[in-house]
Formats: sequence, structure tokens, C-alpha cells
Amino acid sequence: MEAVIDTLRLTAEDAQGLVEHKELSPAELHAAYRHAIAQRDPELHCYLRTIEEPVGEGIPIALKDVISTQGVETTAGSKILAGYVPVFDATVAERCKGAGLTLLGKTNTDEFAMGSSTENSAFGPSRNPWDPTRVPGGSGGGSAAAVSAGLAPWALGSDTGGSIKQPSALCGNVGLRPTYGTVSRYGVVAFASSLDQIGPVAKNVRDCALLYSIIAGRDPRDATTVELPEQVTLPTDERLDGLRIGVPKQVDGLTAIEPGVRAAFDQAIARARELGAEVGECDLPLSFEYGMACYYLVAPAEASSNLARYDGVRYGTRVDGSTYREMVERTRDAGFGPEPKRRIMLGTYALSAGYYDAFYGQAQRVRTLLIREHRDALDKFDIIATPTAPTVAFPIGDKAADPLAMYACDVLTIPSCLAGLPGLNVPCGLSEGLPVGLQLIGAQFGENTLFRAGHALEQAIGFDTVPTRYR
Amino acid sequence: MAITRDEVLHVARLARLDLRDDEIEQLTAELGAILDAVGKVAELDLSDVPPTSHPLAVVNVLADDEPHASLDFDQALANAPAVDGPLFRVPPTV
Repeated sequence: MEAVIDTLRLTAEDAQGLVEHKELSPAELHAAYRHAIAQRDPELHCYLRTIEEPVGEGIPIALKDVISTQGVETTAGSKILAGYVPVFDATVAERCKGAGLTLLGKTNTDEFAMGSSTENSAFGPSRNPWDPTRVPGGSGGGSAAAVSAGLAPWALGSDTGGSIKQPSALCGNVGLRPTYGTVSRYGVVAFASSLDQIGPVAKNVRDCALLYSIIAGRDPRDATTVELPEQVTLPTDERLDGLRIGVPKQVDGLTAIEPGVRAAFDQAIARARELGAEVGECDLPLSFEYGMACYYLVAPAEASSNLARYDGVRYGTRVDGSTYREMVERTRDAGFGPEPKRRIMLGTYALSAGYYDAFYGQAQRVRTLLIREHRDALDKFDIIATPTAPTVAFPIGDKAADPLAMYACDVLTIPSCLAGLPGLNVPCGLSEGLPVGLQLIGAQFGENTLFRAGHALEQAIGFDTVPTRYR
Repeated sequence: MAITRDEVLHVARLARLDLRDDEIEQLTAELGAILDAVGKVAELDLSDVPPTSHPLAVVNVLADDEPHASLDFDQALANAPAVDGPLFRVPPTV
């Protein structure tokens, strides 16, 4: 099986072609990925659980374990949801089924998607396929590592402040955080509802666009969704003539960016110029200065409200108590891990009487300024480009004891998330033998522009997405 | 910005978390450091800036009032830790 189907290199689009032309049955394809999972996942731990028998007539997909799947346990990486088996599908899971995609399994995540390394998963960390002593990023490290290790042709992730883009950068694949409101969150475990978005992770930009076209569009069950103003087009252009790319001048001053990351980023920008793009400087001073502070008030505040539902009554685990209140408090202390507790506490504090205006209210006003700042930059440019993450994948355990160091992993992905804008990670080179990601930010509903630019750059850069040690 | 142990206990009560002593100690230190970092937003004078609660300028969405199927009792109760007939069972509330 492995000899005829190289899951490390097979794109979803090619897999679909093989199935359509009956050169391969969906069952054979599923079995090939199961074989790869059996070989490599004991080391990498991308999956929290896998499905033995495919249901459907198409190609396989992996879903992050925050996405409800009917009849298949869904835990969001938390003990408090251990054993929870949804009685309905999330809209995105339903749309994947509708397109014939077969579920390979549920991928690992930081607990409630809170983290940048998957080390906060209650079920143990995932490992980076390029170097298993390092993290795959997070929170969607399971999905990103699975795609890079050939354990799924593509996958879905969720992104609140960088949980799709950052793991894709650290694992060397393509991840899209779509425009806020384009993909339904119905049936997805909520973290911070004014920020959460579902999006695709894939080996290349065309696959990413294809999967986005399957999941995007209005859903009557999620009132925050809208119809796409234009259809998704699969990119073919190899030139970028006329495309205006702005690089924030604050990138220069961000000392957290490693020199090797900066070098790969600069080369990618030079490629863009060679392809005909007009590159200039844009200005996002408040985003770089206040983005993190704003995010770590808004997101925990919303999380503290969303996670109030885990009370041991309707689903999940329960720890008994002599009164209702005692039962709830014991259940929540036993069920939540350290990071959700930290964020629930931070958010509850920021929303509590006497502190609301100074913290949450102020953060909401900062958010308005970040939106304006991005709008001004995107009046002059079609795309804003930065590195996706300031560093390459770091060793497991390196930042686990320092919450603020972990939060800083998302310094470059957070501002555009607050502004509701789409962002695409495209691998742009190696530093210390590990992948570096290029982040392309577009205007609202500017996904097609991102796909076009990402595809042309991907062709020009020629990054090999197969981790060196598997070649 | 320091946060006191009493404040941590107060917030834990609001958040319905029965924290252990070691957790209280650790969270008091960690939340102090995090609040120092996020407290940065107070540097800006934003009295004339409106707050944003949602990044898309969407208007309210109305749906037709049409009956449709919902979860039946068995489905709705399927994941409950304790049930009593068609009800969720909980310890005494008072």
C-alpha cells in the first residue's frame, strides 16, 4: 500500500483525482492513511482518536477535536469533556460529509484551544514531525503535524489568536484563518466568540482554497455568518504583477524575531518583488504595541463566559458535592487544566465590578483602533506581510512554565485576528533545519487575493513540505 | 499590578472554581504578572473611541418562526452525568 500511495506527498486535489478516475478506492486511500498513522503517530501523537472504517465515498480528512462529530467523542483536549459523544454534527463536519469527505480522526489541541504548543492538552502534547523533541505549535498542533507527517491529506483547525496560522508555520504547511463570519461555528466548542474562526490546513494553497470552498458560507444556525461576496477561485497565477504588499515597519523593531526567521521572510519578500509585486512599508504601531494586551483581555473575558457552561449538569464529567454549588465548583476545579483556569480567572477579573471599564472596556476600545489601523494600511496595500511566528518550533517544555512567554508566540498573528481579517500562512524556508512561515493578511473577504499571492509565492519558493527526516 | 490572595478567592467564587491552596498561591503570582502586561491598555486615552464587540458590521438577523425538529429527550440526556426520567438530576440547590 505504502509503495503506491505516498501520503507524505499526495495532495488532496490529486487524491480526489485518483478516486474520481477510479484508480484508487476511498477505502484504499483511507487504509493508506491508517497505515501511515500506525507507523508515525505513536511518536507524534497528532490524533486523540482515529476512525477504523471510512464512512463516505470521498477522500479523508482530520478534524480538530473542538469540532463536534456525531457519535465520535469530542473533548477539546479537556478532561472535563472526556467521554462526551456529540449527538449532532458541527456544520463544518456536516459540510465535509456532504462533500463526501471521510473522517480519519480527531486531532490533538491545547485544552479548549488555549495555547501555542499543544502542551496544554489534557491528553499529552503532540510532537513536531520535523523534530519530535519540539512542539508543533498550537493550539491546532495536532492538525498541522498530521498534515505535514502525511497522516491526513488535509485537516480543519480553529483559530482565535493564531491557532491555525502558527502551527502551520511551525510544521511547514499552509493554513488559513478565514475572515470572521465566513465559516459557521455551530457545533464548535467555543473559546472567544468574537474571535473564533474555523479554517483549513493543507499541503499547498490550492488544497487550502478547495477545503475553504467546502466549509465557507452562511449558516442559518450561526447568526454571525454571512454569504461570501464572491466565489472561491482556485489559484493558477504564477505572477504577482500589480499586487501591492505592505510590510509593517514595526517588524524591524521586534527583537523577538529570530535572525533566521527574518532572513527567510526577507527572501520571500524579495521573491514577491521578482514576481512583480510592489512592496512598500506600512505602519501598524498600535497593533504591535497593544495587540497582545488587548487580546489577553478580550479573549479570556469571552472565554470565562463561554466556559461557564461546563457545570457537570448536562454533559462532561461531574465531581459530586453535597450541594449544587459545591458540585459545580468541584467539577470545574477537577475538570479544567491550568491554562483554562488561568484564563477563566483573568477573564472573570477583567469583567468584574470595579475593573470592567479599566480592563475589558478599555481593551474593546483598543480593538477599534487596531481595526482602523489595519483598514488604513489595507487602503494602500492589497496584502500585509509579516513572519507568522517570531521563532521556529521550540523544544517541548521550553515555555510551559511561563504563561507570558507562551502568549508572546502569537504576537504577529493576534492583531489581524482582533481586526477580523483573513490570514494565510505559507511556508517560506528553513532556519536551523525547521520551517519558517510567511503570514499574508488580506482585507475582509480577501481570501481569493491571499490564495493568488500564496500560490504564486509557493511556486517560486519551492518549499518541500515533507519533513527532512522522512525524505 | 499586584492582585491579593483575597481578590483571587473572590474571583474564584465568581468563576465557580474550588481552587486548591497551591493553585491559589500560583494564580496569585501568575495573574499579577499577566495583569501587569495587559494593564498596558490603560496607557491610552480612549474616551472618544467607541468599543468594538464584534469585528463585522453585520445587522441583526431575523429568522422565520417555523417549527422544526429538535433533540428528543434521549439525545438531550445522552451525555448527562445523572438523570431522573426526563430530567437532569443535581444535588440540592439550597
